[in-house]
Amino acid sequence: MAETVPEIHGGVHRHEPPKRWIRRYVFSTDHKVIGIQYWFLALFSVFVGMALSLLMRLQLGWPGEQFGFLKTLFPNAAANGTISPEFYLSLVTMHGTIMVFFVLTTAPQGGFGNYFLPIQIGAADMAFPVLNMLSFWVTFLALAVMILAFFANMIDPDAAIGVLGPIGGWTGYAPLSAIGESAGPGQGTGVVLWVTSIALFCIASLLGALNFITTMLNLRTKGMSLARLPLTCWAWFTTAVLALLSFPVLLAAGILLLLDHLAGTSFFIPANLYIKDNVLTEHAGGSPILWQHLFWYFGHPEVYIAILPGMGLTSHILSTFARKPVFGYRVMIYAIFAIGLLGFFVWGHHMFQSGMDPRTAVAFSLITLSIGVPSAIKTFNWIGTLWGARIRFTTPMLFAVGFVSLFVSGGITGLFLGQTSVDIPLHDTYFVVGHFHLIMGVAAIFGIFAGTYFWFSKMFGKRINETMGKVHFWLTFIGVNAIFIPFHVMGMQGAPRRYSTHGNLEYLGGMAPLTKFISYAAFVTIGAQLIFLVNLIWSMTRGPKETEENPWEATTLEWTVPSPPPHDNFAGHEPVVHRGPYEFSVPNAANDFCKQTDPEPAAGD
Amino acid sequence: MGKRNTARDVTGGILSLGLAGLYIWFLSSFRPSGIYFLMAGAVFLICQYIVFSVFALGKPGHGLGVLLIFLAVATAVLFVGKWWWWPEGISSFAPELDAQFTRTLVVVAVAFIGAQVALGYVVMRYGSRGKERAVYSHGNTKLEVTWTLITAVIFIGTAILGQRVWAQLHLNEAPEGAEKIEVVAQQFQWNFHYSGADKTFGRTEARFINDSSLNYVGLDPADAQGNDDTQVSTLAIPVDRPVELTLKSKDVIHSFFAPALRFKQDAVPGLNIKVHFTAQKVGKYEVTCAELCGQLHYNMKTFMLVLPQNQYEELAAMKEEAFKERLGELLKEYKLPEEQKRANEEQTQTN
Repeated sequence: MAETVPEIHGGVHRHEPPKRWIRRYVFSTDHKVIGIQYWFLALFSVFVGMALSLLMRLQLGWPGEQFGFLKTLFPNAAANGTISPEFYLSLVTMHGTIMVFFVLTTAPQGGFGNYFLPIQIGAADMAFPVLNMLSFWVTFLALAVMILAFFANMIDPDAAIGVLGPIGGWTGYAPLSAIGESAGPGQGTGVVLWVTSIALFCIASLLGALNFITTMLNLRTKGMSLARLPLTCWAWFTTAVLALLSFPVLLAAGILLLLDHLAGTSFFIPANLYIKDNVLTEHAGGSPILWQHLFWYFGHPEVYIAILPGMGLTSHILSTFARKPVFGYRVMIYAIFAIGLLGFFVWGHHMFQSGMDPRTAVAFSLITLSIGVPSAIKTFNWIGTLWGARIRFTTPMLFAVGFVSLFVSGGITGLFLGQTSVDIPLHDTYFVVGHFHLIMGVAAIFGIFAGTYFWFSKMFGKRINETMGKVHFWLTFIGVNAIFIPFHVMGMQGAPRRYSTHGNLEYLGGMAPLTKFISYAAFVTIGAQLIFLVNLIWSMTRGPKETEENPWEATTLEWTVPSPPPHDNFAGHEPVVHRGPYEFSVPNAANDFCKQTDPEPAAGD
Repeated sequence: MGKRNTARDVTGGILSLGLAGLYIWFLSSFRPSGIYFLMAGAVFLICQYIVFSVFALGKPGHGLGVLLIFLAVATAVLFVGKWWWWPEGISSFAPELDAQFTRTLVVVAVAFIGAQVALGYVVMRYGSRGKERAVYSHGNTKLEVTWTLITAVIFIGTAILGQRVWAQLHLNEAPEGAEKIEVVAQQFQWNFHYSGADKTFGRTEARFINDSSLNYVGLDPADAQGNDDTQVSTLAIPVDRPVELTLKSKDVIHSFFAPALRFKQDAVPGLNIKVHFTAQKVGKYEVTCAELCGQLHYNMKTFMLVLPQNQYEELAAMKEEAFKERLGELLKEYKLPEEQKRANEEQTQTN
């Protein structure tokens, strides 16, 4: 094959990047630039979210203890060096919201999906590049508003008691979130900005989802049939469908909540609430449970929006470094579909104790446990992929194996929580917190780590340091298990979530050593993330240049273009695909990998 | 075995010595005895083996595999050891709920340990070996159908078994003659409304609520049936008799959580949610709020007294003043299970 690519090939013109800096790097319509923008946005957000969790762990491990530096940092919210209960709740709210929306939803889909979906299907860009640019910048605006929400009390002249964001958890249950400042600190401007940010985020995600679906269906290159798509593409596609169907519901719910808050409507506020010695006579007929239905109709698919791209990526990376085709490729696609589809009919399992009709709970429970079946299929097939493999233990591979382990640990406890009766004592305890942190938090983040180590050289043209990457893996993997498995045990003792201290509950006596242990484990794990940060900065600036197109000896289309790829990905040349995405260790082939673009061997070869 | 690499050897050596230091520190500062001493030793040896396989043998797969299996076993020990566990269950449905919890735990443990050990095994067993190629296979349909069917039956079967306690609690009405008490939650306090000797609740309405004059639930002063009603902030219920609570909220959503009953139910403004249960052991227990309700959510706790039936009848027939006084006495008289346990331990120590 010729090394130099002709300027014009088969009548397709090569596209040059825009000359002006601002169009090239800031308001760019290039999916690769947008992907990297999303990735940096998520990177910023994940460190903010982690810093908040550090503060929470300080409070939970040593409730009531006075820390001088907290007093300096937050002269009002931690006036005597101890985090106040309302400040703790606002940390909980901001941590959850930032992590769920701006990390777990943006990095795997907006980041990697944007960058690699067009390349993996052999397209020059997304179907709607301008829409793509808009979706990033609306997300950026949403993040700015969310950060502002944390400082709401400083801009609100009525409150003005220092740093204090919204209080309501990432779920923002009405009517607490709907009636304003009279319901307590953090319920005024903080909540308004919080809902506004989420509404903006919904709009951005909708634009993105439309783009992903159209791109994957319409822009596949010659020979890239649906059955030859990498599993990453199937995961991004399904995620986009989930986003398209669930974000509008949250958008509507958010607007209704804003109206309740600002315009005096009563969608979620029932009549005659008695707050601060006052009966709220101006409201009537609203339903607090309606908010929960709308929120979780979005909220449960959201869990899959966070985890599905990680599942696709894990299949992809496991196969690549196992040097083996994915076990049951088609079944893996069906399982993704099944999870996505069933994911729309289980939102009620978040609401067993909410006061909704208990008969519907039975149906929600049965469908919920059915999701365990396609999830188990994924796990079986991942292990099947590794069976008989010749594994190369690179950093992305370590994180992919970690993903499988965490997916099992986090997913399997759903068997407890999905049962109507067993959920009664466990609901809203640390058991739930442990469950979703393992599955949608840490497992999804392991997907993001795996993707970062896997694609770093392709995205940035520099090699990332493998040694630091491996240290990062070992510390993080042991650390997250040491943090989140004990959460379940706290939950079984009945420790309620969203408490700044459990010290006043006698039945939880004896839990203190466990919470301290978790805090120490969290500090070590957070420290390990600094290694990751150093590695990123060092590798981007000082790392060796990536000279190879295909350093991992992988098969898909992104490994047939230079690192980083040219502006139009294939330099005006249209790749032709000849085979499925995971043809490793094909008997009698020259190499142990056959790229999708490798021509079929001539007869008799 | 890879080529010798000084940096790797040195790092491995430092890590190994560090682990030994940590182990000695643990032994000397905690002085574990018996089983804990053995467990610490096992953990130490496993950690050393992981370091050895990664650094000396150059086989990260071995280290990772051992780690995965170790994590699975350690998790199982943490659950089975029951160092941290539910308080004793005192409701009539607690034994059945706990049994279902245990059944689920067994299913989960088998699946969890099975999957982690299988993952650990393949990671250990199938490391790359020179230029040797992997097995070329795209899957095995028969195997897939088999394991799909097995998981489907087990998972859905568990879900169906899990409905029994739910049905008993929520799909059936409270039995005849259940003691009726109204629960009115507010930021950040529980109010319990008793109907008094006439066994009929006085009319309540939001406009009569007045916290400063202690009319928390909003009793209509014009309704004579409310004259003998009582509002208190501690829940007292009879033992071995069905109780029907009507949960209400004045402001935002709260959740009534009594861990000893294994029971939790949200109190939602605008709804009257009826629930019923029977407590089977006399004593004092904690009740707390399980739904984020604002600033002092963590502090919204109260007590539940499960009283012998005659003691309860006597209390329930009292007028408000006497009721409150008697309830205060009973609160002092009864001890939480944890306080009881501590007192017993001190007793045995002084003996």
